Amino acid sequence: MALNYDQAVAKYEPTLGLEVHVELNTKSKMFCSCATEFGGAPNTQTCPVCLGMPGALPVVNGRAIESSILIGLALNCSVAPFSRFARKNYFYPDMPKNFQTSQYDEPICVNGYLDIEIETDEGLKAFRVEIERVHMEEDTGKSLHVGGATGRIHGADYSLLDYNRAGIPLVEIVTKIVGGTGKYAPQVARAYVTELRDILRSLGVSDVKMEQGSMRCDVNLSLAPMGSGALGTRSETKNVNSLRSVERAVIGEVIRQSNRLESGERIVQETRHFLEESGQTRPGRSKEQAEDYRYFPEPDLVPVVPDSAWIEELRSTLPEKPSTRRARLQADWSVPDKEMTSLVNAGLLDVVEETIALGAEPTRARSWWLGEVSRLANEREVDPTTLITSAQVAEVIALIESGDLTDKLARQVVEGVIAGEGNPSAVIAQRGLKVVSDDGALMTAIEAAIASQPETAERIRGGNIPAAGALIGAVMKATGGQADAAKVRELLLKHLGQ
Amino acid sequence: MTTIRSTAAEMAAALAAGTTTSVELTNAHYAQIEKVDGAVHAFLHLDKEGALAQAEAVDAKRKSGTEMPPLAGVPLALKDLLTQKGVPTTCGSRMLEGWRPPYDSTVVSKLKAAGIVILGKTNMDEFAMGSSTENSAYGPTHNPWDLARIPGGSGGGSAAALAAFEAPLAIGSDTGGSIRQPAAVTGTVGVKPTYGGVSRYGLIAFSSSLDQAGPCARTVLDAALLHEVIAGHDERDSTSINAPVPQVVKAAKKLDVKGMKIGVVKELQGEGFQSGVLSRFHESLDALVSAGAELVEVSCPNFDYALAAYYLIAPSECSSNLARFDSMRYGIRVGDNGERSAEEVMKLTRHEGFGPEVKRRIILGTYALSSGYYDAYYGSAQKVRTLIMRDFNAAFAKVDVLVSPTAPTTAFKIGEQVDDPLAMYLNDIATIPVNLAGIGGMSVPCGLAAEDGLPVGFQIMSPAMRDDLMYQVGGTLEAALLSKWGAPILDKAPVLVGN
Amino acid sequence: MSGISREDVAHLAKLARIEMNDAELDHLAKEMDVILGAVARVQEVAASDVPPTSHPIPVNNIVREDIVRPSLSPEEALSGAPAQSEGRFKVPQILGEE
Repeated sequence: MALNYDQAVAKYEPTLGLEVHVELNTKSKMFCSCATEFGGAPNTQTCPVCLGMPGALPVVNGRAIESSILIGLALNCSVAPFSRFARKNYFYPDMPKNFQTSQYDEPICVNGYLDIEIETDEGLKAFRVEIERVHMEEDTGKSLHVGGATGRIHGADYSLLDYNRAGIPLVEIVTKIVGGTGKYAPQVARAYVTELRDILRSLGVSDVKMEQGSMRCDVNLSLAPMGSGALGTRSETKNVNSLRSVERAVIGEVIRQSNRLESGERIVQETRHFLEESGQTRPGRSKEQAEDYRYFPEPDLVPVVPDSAWIEELRSTLPEKPSTRRARLQADWSVPDKEMTSLVNAGLLDVVEETIALGAEPTRARSWWLGEVSRLANEREVDPTTLITSAQVAEVIALIESGDLTDKLARQVVEGVIAGEGNPSAVIAQRGLKVVSDDGALMTAIEAAIASQPETAERIRGGNIPAAGALIGAVMKATGGQADAAKVRELLLKHLGQ
Repeated sequence: MTTIRSTAAEMAAALAAGTTTSVELTNAHYAQIEKVDGAVHAFLHLDKEGALAQAEAVDAKRKSGTEMPPLAGVPLALKDLLTQKGVPTTCGSRMLEGWRPPYDSTVVSKLKAAGIVILGKTNMDEFAMGSSTENSAYGPTHNPWDLARIPGGSGGGSAAALAAFEAPLAIGSDTGGSIRQPAAVTGTVGVKPTYGGVSRYGLIAFSSSLDQAGPCARTVLDAALLHEVIAGHDERDSTSINAPVPQVVKAAKKLDVKGMKIGVVKELQGEGFQSGVLSRFHESLDALVSAGAELVEVSCPNFDYALAAYYLIAPSECSSNLARFDSMRYGIRVGDNGERSAEEVMKLTRHEGFGPEVKRRIILGTYALSSGYYDAYYGSAQKVRTLIMRDFNAAFAKVDVLVSPTAPTTAFKIGEQVDDPLAMYLNDIATIPVNLAGIGGMSVPCGLAAEDGLPVGFQIMSPAMRDDLMYQVGGTLEAALLSKWGAPILDKAPVLVGN
Repeated sequence: MSGISREDVAHLAKLARIEMNDAELDHLAKEMDVILGAVARVQEVAASDVPPTSHPIPVNNIVREDIVRPSLSPEEALSGAPAQSEGRFKVPQILGEE
């Protein structure tokens, strides 16, 4: 019998390691002055340097160094007093020099940590993820495989290369081994990546758009028999591109590895690829025939030796810590702990804050994002923030508050927005979802209801207020649910002398 | 009257005086190239159209009364490892056959801005790896002193072009002696500036931490004039020095070494050095003493390890620098039959595109950097580099410049050493320490070896960023020897008559 | 010392992406043995207290401003390409993946 997740984590202890690549949002590339804008025509943002032409030389983007130091400081790292670039040598057509200019044994920042909170069976629990290093490197170009099976490498007749992305600055943030999570490994992984994303966004150093690839996560996972204290062989799942996928990738690997171990097979140290559709992983390159990268100090670049004045100057520009900000927002909005954690771990804090800033009442803003929008996102297996904007949610809430929409109608509007029918106003116009607030129209419906149920009307006249429900229901039915029930009630009781 | 045998300074003066034009000079040099280069093979490519356009532009500008830079209108030969926009740049390799770079190297930009006329690209050992120019994929260059002999390497083409009067000035590059050793064996002047003194942007890298472009000429003053054109800070090269360029022209004109202390490196003479080389070297020391210098014997014990360190560092860096030649973006592509994978095509292209010496060094460098061997080889070589720098620092605490013969022997015969890489590597034994330490080095002709009548080079080494000191000593020595000989050394070279 | 086998050279050639036939491998293995024997001398003086030098002239913190400058035109970028299509470099099929 194959183990399911709960059975797997009852027998095996997972150990995590997370490597997050972040594209910095500098204007120019890491080592040359080509633009970094996303979506340009192929090879229009290239020069001798990022094409690896003979004779070209790199020069480091100063802002990329500052961003990396800021990231390190925000992650409680020490900034290395001496750090260097190194060449990582391996051949691949999307890498113009056939070495990646990266950092090896002398990264810019080391030894930090990030505190997160997860919901457990025993309530909220704090967890510290230790950071091993923050280092700088450059992105590769993009290849397009033509012929054979579309999009896949195998069976392609030839490949086409676009180097616009080659040389875009990347920062890689690597955790130390994360153990002791037990069955909460998926939540810890997700909460870490969420918190990291929030920090990077607050620093303004990256767009952190996982869907566009400006933030990519590799999940390392190994299992050891419960209580053994040993470390198992790890797999490295590449390019996990949403918060939800981080969680799913951990679950998928726990199940896959535990079942292999159960059937007496060994775990191969390898790179695996996450499959969005199934939540499973498939094998990639085996690390057992790993390349020998022949790292050595990049002779074309000079060391980075930040003095303490520079570091302190950068430290002084650090924005409010997300944890401090959370405490502040929680107090401002009067949110209970548990709901606050849900908001944070769902990655909804920013959108809720934005929605409130646009005039929405805090409780409504929270409950719409955490409730209806999240429910629809779960159905679609995507992040809620990709479905609808803060402005659209705020508009819906404003319409509820003004009485133009009922909750029920508002849900239909949100569905319409998500279905791509446009902004709330457009959906309302298109679907004709306006609340019937015209007193005349409502009175006509009320009179019709009274006429059809004269005895009920008599009972209400006689003081039996609860009996009004039946007539209100009839009015709502007659108006296709577009009437405001409270308004109907008010008008009905007044009409019947109550 | 100005002829192709004039110095660059004389040509510049004639141009300024209006007694000749740049077009006239350019055509005269093309005529000489036409006449002798079939035998010498100094050039891989001539850019007549571009050169004459530049010459005409300079002449027109001068005629209009615009003040011109000192060397404006003077022709020059460019080593084929510096990119020149739109002009074939091969590095002496099949790999880059037909490649026309879409950009100018900083050196070329500066030459163009100075009004210098680039006649063409000169032959070299493939990717600057060699000491004889025999490793060029396009055939060897012949030494104008004896066409059966090598002109040194890797910049044999640039040195031979000067010695054959095909150009009055040339640009070379020096990673382990590739400017100085060819200068020594062709009776010309070659200078390796302090590392970072001349931008490497657009210089096709062999060994990034050692490579340095520099001037080649027939006189010390000409080299100095060219040095000041190409030197200076470049924001495109992170290792470029951001400081004023040493005043080398002024230094070359001093012709005075009174009170200077000249250190004679004990380890760079004696065993392995040809007797005719040593006797000319010692005569030159006497000439410097007569001019007022004081000689000090200096020991640099770690120089014994320089060659070994060099043949680990240079191949290691080259194994990485040359990885980009994979046929994907530029250069030749071999074996792409629509069936083979990119990886297979890369391997076939690199097999065909690189010659034996380049492959040997790539494999050696790949080994020296590989996991498990890094510390023993590359790591140890970098430590030796520190020790050599310490030797230099200790020596320069006592003396102003250091001197030695440039090369242990005079020019050997073509084909004589091709099958013995280690013997070939020994040609650079005296020049390599300078590259490892990043300091300046110069070779000045100091006479002909008695036993074979071939030129001998005198090497002067100066502390980092004090390139002016070697020019001062070089200029003084040159003047002293000229007055002794009565004529420039190249007057003794056979006159090439062409085919 | 060393003792470089043909298999060692074959592995290095693979890392360096150079096709080599048996004769070339044999020849190079012999040469490598000789050269490595000569250069291994560096180990004699490379004591643990000697720091390595990777840059001959010590300079630090050379950076440029984060300013966009014009790129090459796509025609210039592709001017040396052995093959191109749709504004991209056309290369043989890429096997294996990163």
